[in-house]
Amino acid sequence: MSEITIDGKVCKARAGLTIAEVAKANGIYIPTLCNYRGLKPVGSCRVCTVRVGGRYMAACTQIAVEGMVVENTAPDLEDMRRSILEMLFVEGNHMCPTCEKSGNCELQALAYRYQIMAPRFPFQFPVRQVDASAPKIVLEHNRCIQCQRCVRSIQTEDGRRIFVPQNRSRRRKIGVDPRLVSELTDEMALKAMDVCPVGSILRKEVGFAVPIGQRKFDKKPIGTEIDEEITR
Amino acid sequence: MSKPVIATASLAGCFGCHMSILDIDERILKLIELVEFNKSPIDDIKTFTKPVDLGIIEGGCCNSENVEVLRSFRKNCRILVSLGECAIMGGLPAMRNGIPVKECLEEAYLNSLSVAPEDKIIPNDEELPIVLDKVYPCHEVVKVDYFLPGCPPSADIIWEALTAIVEGRPLNLTYDMIKFD
Amino acid sequence: MAQEKDIILRHPKDPSALLDIIRDVQDHFGHVPEEAVARVAAHLKLSEAEVRGAVTFYHFFSLTPRGASTVYLNDSITSRMKGRTAVAKAFEEEAGCRFGEVTADGLIGLFSTSCIGMSDQEPSAIINGVVFTRLTPLKVKHLVKAIKTGKPVRDMVTAWGDGANQSDLVRSMVSNNIRKKGPVIFGPFESGSAIKNAVARKPEDIIAEVKKSKLLGRGGAGFPTGLKWEFCRKEKSDMRYVLCNADEGEPGTFKDRVILTEMPQLLFEGMAVAGYAIGAREGLLYLRSEYAYLRNHLEAVLEGMRRENLLGNNIAGSGDFSFDITIALGAGAYVCGEESALLESAEGRRGEPRNRPPFPVQTGYRNRPTTVNNVETLCTAAKIILHGAAWFQSMGTARSSGTKLFSVSGDCERPGVYELEFGLTVQELLDIVGAKDAYAVQVGGPSGTCLSRQDFRRRFAFEDLSTGGSVMIFGPWRNMFEIVANFMDFFIEESCGWCTPCRVGNTLLKGKLEKIMAGRGSAQDLRDLEAWGKNIRALSRCGLGQTSPNPILSTLQNFRELYEEAIDRHKEFVPDFDLGEASLEAARLTHRQPIMGETSHE
Repeated sequence: MSEITIDGKVCKARAGLTIAEVAKANGIYIPTLCNYRGLKPVGSCRVCTVRVGGRYMAACTQIAVEGMVVENTAPDLEDMRRSILEMLFVEGNHMCPTCEKSGNCELQALAYRYQIMAPRFPFQFPVRQVDASAPKIVLEHNRCIQCQRCVRSIQTEDGRRIFVPQNRSRRRKIGVDPRLVSELTDEMALKAMDVCPVGSILRKEVGFAVPIGQRKFDKKPIGTEIDEEITR
Repeated sequence: MSKPVIATASLAGCFGCHMSILDIDERILKLIELVEFNKSPIDDIKTFTKPVDLGIIEGGCCNSENVEVLRSFRKNCRILVSLGECAIMGGLPAMRNGIPVKECLEEAYLNSLSVAPEDKIIPNDEELPIVLDKVYPCHEVVKVDYFLPGCPPSADIIWEALTAIVEGRPLNLTYDMIKFD
Repeated sequence: MAQEKDIILRHPKDPSALLDIIRDVQDHFGHVPEEAVARVAAHLKLSEAEVRGAVTFYHFFSLTPRGASTVYLNDSITSRMKGRTAVAKAFEEEAGCRFGEVTADGLIGLFSTSCIGMSDQEPSAIINGVVFTRLTPLKVKHLVKAIKTGKPVRDMVTAWGDGANQSDLVRSMVSNNIRKKGPVIFGPFESGSAIKNAVARKPEDIIAEVKKSKLLGRGGAGFPTGLKWEFCRKEKSDMRYVLCNADEGEPGTFKDRVILTEMPQLLFEGMAVAGYAIGAREGLLYLRSEYAYLRNHLEAVLEGMRRENLLGNNIAGSGDFSFDITIALGAGAYVCGEESALLESAEGRRGEPRNRPPFPVQTGYRNRPTTVNNVETLCTAAKIILHGAAWFQSMGTARSSGTKLFSVSGDCERPGVYELEFGLTVQELLDIVGAKDAYAVQVGGPSGTCLSRQDFRRRFAFEDLSTGGSVMIFGPWRNMFEIVANFMDFFIEESCGWCTPCRVGNTLLKGKLEKIMAGRGSAQDLRDLEAWGKNIRALSRCGLGQTSPNPILSTLQNFRELYEEAIDRHKEFVPDFDLGEASLEAARLTHRQPIMGETSHE
């Protein structure tokens, strides 16, 4: 057990935990997006960036080390996180009014939490395809934010990856193995949709039972469970 | 003291945001007491007749006329507000942004099944606005001061924003007011 | 397809062989066909998507045909300065296709590529692995004509460069351009001397000697080499590795290429010394694909060393020290110069950096402690072992001992490689290389810094200007914005795309830059450039992203007046939108006059 401080609050840190994990265990909310419980962190979105001794690091990948003085809610840091979210909004085509995931989308939820009314960056309106060729899922590349959750969580029994990054630079996208994706079980297809933080992986033939306005983030901001921990 | 003046316009939108303005229900009576409407589809005034305090824009810019109207709003309005997803990020009309304008026009006016053989022509009258290569969010065309998201924005966010801006106080937007859908 | 089967099946059924297999397939077919993807996947028990993911990461691999003769024309700024545009035009005219395309008959493919390490002899290109330098439109005309007659590309090289470039195993037209030899890298060196000297001492003493010498990594980051070796040695493990980073992709640097050509044994002895010091038995030279023409030459040197028992078992009669070196080839990806991306690539995957910690000295190649060192660093370490820390520290400055190789290119009379003691000023270097009227000097490549005249008094040393050695000189007639734009294009293309700020941010920065270059910038745009650039620097995951906004940030700082002149200072805000441009296409389609002559209504 070691100790770090986050915005001045002393936090107990079990050995080997990341800053994000320590924060959560101590009732402090650090926004995350690509991170997902049970999956090895990849540090791709950078939304969880914190500042330690003037240096910036992703809280989801950085192991907490005794004596760390972590800044989490400094206004300039929060604005940097906001800029990351805005980059993700302009990079893809995020048409919330038409999206099945609206209200359950973590990108949108973070934008709500950060009160992003319009991005500071120009919209890129990239040309991307919708791939509905797989029998059980639709891939809506317009909405993909490259969090790699699907890459990490969906594999065949013998460890072959079904979702794999293709290309590099801004052309990078998450491709699927056409053969293996056609063999997805119902369970895996549902899991793929559920791990996707945005509406990029959709289960075919599944209705959306909860109407807009009553979905996960419609009433309560993302991170509320951790925020409430603080006030308790 | 004269009442603050408001103007509104719907560019490449569906008028849903204007419907949402009307959706403030009985508060509209209070609004009429608070403000005066100038150029707006609500009162059907076609041109600016005086300087305006607050301009409200629904919809993005999909053609040259939208750009002209938006610029005239910027010129005549002290404060400009983008109302709704289309004004803020292009919205549903912007779903054509991945398709070359040539294909869009040909599909609409030449190849579509509903086009009669004798009507196959891309409208080219000089009086018509020119379609833009893509649909642009308003703030990429002129400077915009406030953004009220939603499709449509709720009556509550509209009411809060209008009264706050008119009264010159900061906007107090609660969590449930900010929605993108 | 019998041959293809051989190509694939002759490799071990080990996923780390993936890139080697892909390379063989690519070399054989000129691309990686669908059937091959499936069979490689089956051979290695990977998904086809994983194979495709690796193919599409690297610039020199392709899922679609690239032509029987594939031209990769360098697109770096020094290439452009030496007439690249005319050369590219000649290629297109003679071949009959545009860049990014393959001719209809499949004979020639034209592609651009990032700096290939020939900045002192531009414009340059790689055609089917053969390097062509100092291209002109006339030479291109003859080249393409010869390609069309079916002449092997190799036979089109008629005159060879100097030194080992002439050797039977290289036969390249590349020149070394060694302008100044110093005592460390290019000083006299006797075969086997460094290894023999090392194995006669204890490994701990070797590390102590290197630590005492204060040798700092020559790749640019300047990490103490002795400390790195010590960390690596102290990690408990059954196996440790020495990796030599010969992936010098920073535009404007080419000194490692010259070392690999002229002093390969010094390098390999440096690797062996490092191996002895940390307790490794295997070394890997990660060679950038652009230098693959040196591979046979390097293999021959390794073979010679094995014959002399300088590699292999019981080296130089040491009793228990066994060490050997293999060569791994890259496939066109600047980011692989980042040490953890290099490890990923060396293990056969997409060259995407790892999250650190753990650092390579803890968990590196094949998850074992690994020291990753620059080519020049390893050569220098070998010399330190030979001549002692005191000798080394007698050169350079207090904190920057020894000499440094400089790769000098651009607007000067004598471009090439210079070995000089640390501590000289920029102006002194400019005088040595014959750059009389330098206006700007890019130190450390695009990821480094762009200096204006007032900074020419600064010194090359870790206490002031630390650098991997790339020095690009620009005369006053050069358009600085074009240089910055070229550098930004480089980072946009070479980003691995893993993290948001680097993948998205640089495109946004470039968009802003273009707006300013088009004369539509305002004061707000300058503020945005600076703020966005600083965000990308702070938020990116690896060194590539963290330095990618430097071309803009450093010119904003040192050439502020150029930006101020380029914007409309009377306007606080100018929208990105241009009605003339936006209405052009529809106006053309309907035969109407486009809307002209207005860019802003603010």
